Amino acid sequence: MDLENQKRVKEFAEEYGAENLVVVLGAAEGEAAGLAAETVMLGDPTFAGPLTGVQLGLTTYHVCEPEIKKEFDEAVYDEQVSMMEMVLDVDDIVDEMNAIREQAAEN
Amino acid sequence: MAILEGKKAIIIGDRDGIPGPAIAECVKTAGAEVIFSSTECFV
Amino acid sequence: MNSVIKGASYVLAHTPDMVLYNGTTQTTERIVNPESEYLKEVPKHLRSYEDVVAYWPNQTYIGNAHPDQLAEIEFPYFDKKMEGAERYGKYGEIMPEEEFLLLVQACDMFEVVRLEKAFVAAHKDAFAADPVITEDIVALLHEGVEIDEIEALIKDDHAEPLYFEDKLVGCVKPAHDIDVNLSSHVMHENLMSKASSVLALLYGVKNAGIEKSDVEYVIDCAEEACGDMNQRGGGNFAKAAAEIAGLSNATGSDARGFCAAPTHALIEAAALVKSGAYKCVAVTAGGCTAKLGMNGKDHVKKELPILEDCLGGFCVIIAENDGVNPEIDLNMLGRHTVGTGSAPQNVIGSLVADPLDRAGMKITDIDKFSPEMQNPDITKPAGAGDVPLANYKMIAALAVKRGELDRKELAAFTKDHGLTGWAPTQGHIPSGVPFVGFAREDILEGKIKNAMIIGKGSLFLGRMTNLFDGVSFVIHGNTAAEEEAASGVSEEEVKGLIAKAMKDFAATLMAE
Repeated sequence: MDLENQKRVKEFAEEYGAENLVVVLGAAEGEAAGLAAETVMLGDPTFAGPLTGVQLGLTTYHVCEPEIKKEFDEAVYDEQVSMMEMVLDVDDIVDEMNAIREQAAEN
Repeated sequence: MAILEGKKAIIIGDRDGIPGPAIAECVKTAGAEVIFSSTECFV
Repeated sequence: MNSVIKGASYVLAHTPDMVLYNGTTQTTERIVNPESEYLKEVPKHLRSYEDVVAYWPNQTYIGNAHPDQLAEIEFPYFDKKMEGAERYGKYGEIMPEEEFLLLVQACDMFEVVRLEKAFVAAHKDAFAADPVITEDIVALLHEGVEIDEIEALIKDDHAEPLYFEDKLVGCVKPAHDIDVNLSSHVMHENLMSKASSVLALLYGVKNAGIEKSDVEYVIDCAEEACGDMNQRGGGNFAKAAAEIAGLSNATGSDARGFCAAPTHALIEAAALVKSGAYKCVAVTAGGCTAKLGMNGKDHVKKELPILEDCLGGFCVIIAENDGVNPEIDLNMLGRHTVGTGSAPQNVIGSLVADPLDRAGMKITDIDKFSPEMQNPDITKPAGAGDVPLANYKMIAALAVKRGELDRKELAAFTKDHGLTGWAPTQGHIPSGVPFVGFAREDILEGKIKNAMIIGKGSLFLGRMTNLFDGVSFVIHGNTAAEEEAASGVSEEEVKGLIAKAMKDFAATLMAE
């Protein structure tokens, strides 16, 4: 994840408390979604940014995951995301996100 | 329990996936406050 | 009458040493994690020049393989070699690093580039043997300096080192002591962009079969900015490159718009020529050192070679309608507006469906789409997916939604109307333009009747707006003959008719 974004996420967690934040991702592939989720939950796996070694444990979803999708206004989601959802491999994204969440739960 | 209702949302969009502003439009409808929205670019 | 595409060029400069020393992924790592394993791994993952030449996507870029041929190669590409691959191609060449460094020195007008004497002597003849490098460019080379002088400039004057095969062979000095816009880092980045643009211009003129003196205007659409502290980004790469390329009748200017800039620039060039302002315009761009090895961490992690090891450049020559070459149709322009928003479906709708609607055409009426032609060999291992394919799926999905395509034909559409990506991830370089050369030839040969070029840009990276951007245009066969036939009268006849009408009018005035 971009280093500046990591810095901002870290600042928000300090300011508002991790329990009050939700991170929503829009990555194009499962792997990239997993990496971003890992960064804000377990720490930067690339050891480059301010979240290196920082376990924020933030609640994180990809925008196309069914649990979060059902909370959106259907018409707005349809207009903003639906067509791109058809293009993405949502199953792969869900699998990667679940894998990271499981890993985070074990910690 | 709702995931987004009453929470503060941080959005990390992707230029070749779903861009930040498109996600923000959705997130707002679920009762979350968008405090940060960014779009990353790998190309 | 619409302007035509007279010719196009595509060039690469293999710069493996700049991956480690100038690519931002690596320079950032040096700052935050100087002892990292990744930095130690980078040199082991750099490809040889021979491997870079034999790489299928590179051979496609310079025109030795058609994208249709590339599509038949089994993915991934990095572990395959093209038989009989060559340095020179139909559209340009893959210049080796040592010769490119000499070209960079030739492009330096302020004596900031210093090369070692022995290095210059060893490679000067090879450089001069390049078919587009003219004597006047070779004459710009200096003899070079001793290595001690280069070492001292790096140590005492913040000069940016230049390496070849990991050995110090030169440096770029700062052009100013305190102005960061003229620092050695910025001068290095800008000179690399300028030199690759010069190479592209030289091939552009050659491939279009025109004289250098025919070019009246040059538009540079790269992503760098040159200027000093009082006008950061003041310009003008276009004229600077035109000078070295010997385009003595040209002036020019820089167009900027992130990755969308080449498509913006081509539309501007086509309009300038169609309006009669200039008869011949060259659109050019050099490459970007910052993006070298951009996705290197993922490539190294997956034990691939670092595939982002070349600077890219291209040039397209736009000229007055010659009755032969394919045209840029200015009646069919797509544009992402301020009000379009960033929802992917709106973006693709504004760029693809809207202009076709205005022309009464369907999405399936376009034979080939060229959106962002990034090589998936680079992007897939980095988690960015297959960018061209994602674009094709979106276009196909839009066609289904509009009832122009049956859902069952989705997969076939992405193949029949799409292309496999082959361009290096050099920002503006892969965006739409890599297909212009092939599209011109395929239309001339009757293989396809038209193509849509789509450029998209991530404006939000500049932190001035959260907006996305994009423009598109359609190239089709030459219509000059049809247009004349349809009008039924020639220009001479029109002049005659006007003259007669004026005479009649004058006669009536006299009579009164």
